[in-house]
Amino acid sequence: MKHKFPRRDFLAASASACALAACPLRGWMRSARAVEALPEAEIHLHPALHWEKQPGRRVKCTLCPRECLVDDLERGYCGVRENRGGDYFTLVYGRPCTLHLDPVEKKPMFHFLPGTAIFSLATVGCNVNCKFCQNWQISQVRPEQEKSWDAPPEKIVELARQQQAPSLAHTYTEPVVFYEYAKEIGREAHKHNLKNVVISNGYIQEKPLLEWLPFLDAVKIDLKAFTERFYQDLVNGELQPVLDTLKRLVRAGMWTEIVYLVIPTHNDGEAEIREMSRWVAGELGPEVPVHFTRFHPQYMMKALPPTPVDTLTAARDLARAAGLHYVYVGNVPGHPGEHTYCPGCQTLLIRRSGFRVEFAGFSDGKCARCGRKIPGIWS
Amino acid sequence: MDRRRFFASALGGAAALAAVRCSHTGPATTRDPRVTLVRDPAAVSAGQADPGRTGALLERLIREHFNSADPVAVFRSLFSPRDRVGIKINGLSGRRLSTHVELARAVADLLVQAGVPAQNILIWDRMNADLRSAGYTLRPWGEAVACAGCDALGYGGDLVVHRSIGSLFSRAVTDLCTAQINLPVLKDHGIVGVTLGMKNFFGAIHNPNKYHPDRGDPYVADLYSHPDIGGKVRLTIVDALEIQPEGGPPYQPRWCRDFGGLMASTDPVALDRLGWKLIEEQRFAEGLPTLAEAGREPTYIRTAAALGLGENDMSRIVFHEA
Repeated sequence: MKHKFPRRDFLAASASACALAACPLRGWMRSARAVEALPEAEIHLHPALHWEKQPGRRVKCTLCPRECLVDDLERGYCGVRENRGGDYFTLVYGRPCTLHLDPVEKKPMFHFLPGTAIFSLATVGCNVNCKFCQNWQISQVRPEQEKSWDAPPEKIVELARQQQAPSLAHTYTEPVVFYEYAKEIGREAHKHNLKNVVISNGYIQEKPLLEWLPFLDAVKIDLKAFTERFYQDLVNGELQPVLDTLKRLVRAGMWTEIVYLVIPTHNDGEAEIREMSRWVAGELGPEVPVHFTRFHPQYMMKALPPTPVDTLTAARDLARAAGLHYVYVGNVPGHPGEHTYCPGCQTLLIRRSGFRVEFAGFSDGKCARCGRKIPGIWS
Repeated sequence: MDRRRFFASALGGAAALAAVRCSHTGPATTRDPRVTLVRDPAAVSAGQADPGRTGALLERLIREHFNSADPVAVFRSLFSPRDRVGIKINGLSGRRLSTHVELARAVADLLVQAGVPAQNILIWDRMNADLRSAGYTLRPWGEAVACAGCDALGYGGDLVVHRSIGSLFSRAVTDLCTAQINLPVLKDHGIVGVTLGMKNFFGAIHNPNKYHPDRGDPYVADLYSHPDIGGKVRLTIVDALEIQPEGGPPYQPRWCRDFGGLMASTDPVALDRLGWKLIEEQRFAEGLPTLAEAGREPTYIRTAAALGLGENDMSRIVFHEA
């Protein structure tokens, strides 16, 4: 079997990435000279994109579907975009609050350079407020409340290259709210042949999304449920704009994967899972991977139990029955639903356990047995 | 209303005040729907407060509202020397439309005269930068009188999940202070309608930007209903030296007017309801539509009343203008 990476090198890199996965850069920085040099960042204003002037020094943000009306000296719902005298600014440009070297499987992205490390960053802020957010300590705070580093786009790309990461991820919080920064990082990354990935809730308007796409290589969307009620009650957002984003991404040919966090009693009904799966198959196509991941009690939803594994298994079965070819189970190490199988001959292609990856019957983006092309970005 | 009726209700207020002293837990200001407004047009000129007249106006407000000749005695009845008292100002809108430094200073002076040690007094708001831009001099907690933003004071480490709210609370309302005097300003708010007493405590949480949708309803009321917020407020005094009936929360020269007033109540809902009424009167005088017509009726006030935080019914609110 032919691997993109020699097996020994691949496993070494994979193990290294796994070790780093649990190691935030604040810790890692102590041993990495290049990153040690990053100074702490003061808050500064950087002109925001996608907003409109309104009467009385008010602005309307048109970055996300929320369309916040923001008065002078106020901020949008995200907490990181501020009106100063009738002009709109981002407060987080060049100010990441966290930097990690992760395995790409952690995102999770299963059809994108599997087994590689991905240089990952976030600023504070989010344009929704999910009651189950696992990163709320950085996503739901304002720039003043979290230490950040001074790292312009060029510096981020330099760090990624130093770590020999083939790609960058904008993740952990909501990249839409640091749009200007992420876009420029993407532009810089492409200059150096690095791929650029966004892990997002998909809550963005069409125009900024389309302007962002030339600087992206892959997107993972958190589809948090398939009902407006869930989005209203637990996300503080709307479902339809997320579905619109998914359609736009796929139509644009952007490699897209979907994560559906299964939360007991809230979005785990068979009908909802089936309806969502049929929608994905029909509107996006059966080759878009869907990951059903396990919920763990977090943030404002600590009273619920973790998702039963059987529920995840059942969701996977429903989605496959609806015609989806690549359906995964996440946050359950050792579950057979972590692996990639050929939808044609059912051969095991990529074996995974947690963040460990092993190529089995897979070569050059094809099933080694039947030759079926497997969609994704493999090199 | 006539003085006889007001002071008759004030006797009831005195009883409620005694209850406040005996029970410093939970929203303590729900049984006395009296609101007092005093005015002195000479206390302010083009937004600049006269320190002497502002102090005198404050004392008159306390005398009138509590039907007492001695404002210091009133404060002594509200606060003990063991209290650590937070003075929550609103400093979002610079020198012109923030809580005037002269008022906060006069309140702090009254507290000291009433026996609260100066090092037990904290003037605070959301951020140091806001305080500075509003003209306050920063002093760390422990100095007399301290003045600091929540960004300097810090937030409690545990997420507080209370009704619709999920926030980190400023240490100014959790462990640093045992009591609060709330000093909001009287102004319009472009999203929630009016920003007065209850909404002022959005400055006590780390994520106020998350609680403006739906005109702040029910978030303003839900936050205020928490024991560490409304439960610690012993008195609310609205800085109405200025009034801005449109274009808030930022200062808008087109709409900001000298008003020369101070308002007090121990009922946060009644006070917000009266403040809203004053805003509407000013809007009418300016030829502006009502807040309901403008699509931003402050329904959170009604929600607060439904939670038992105070009186929203104008027929039951006892308004006294002196």
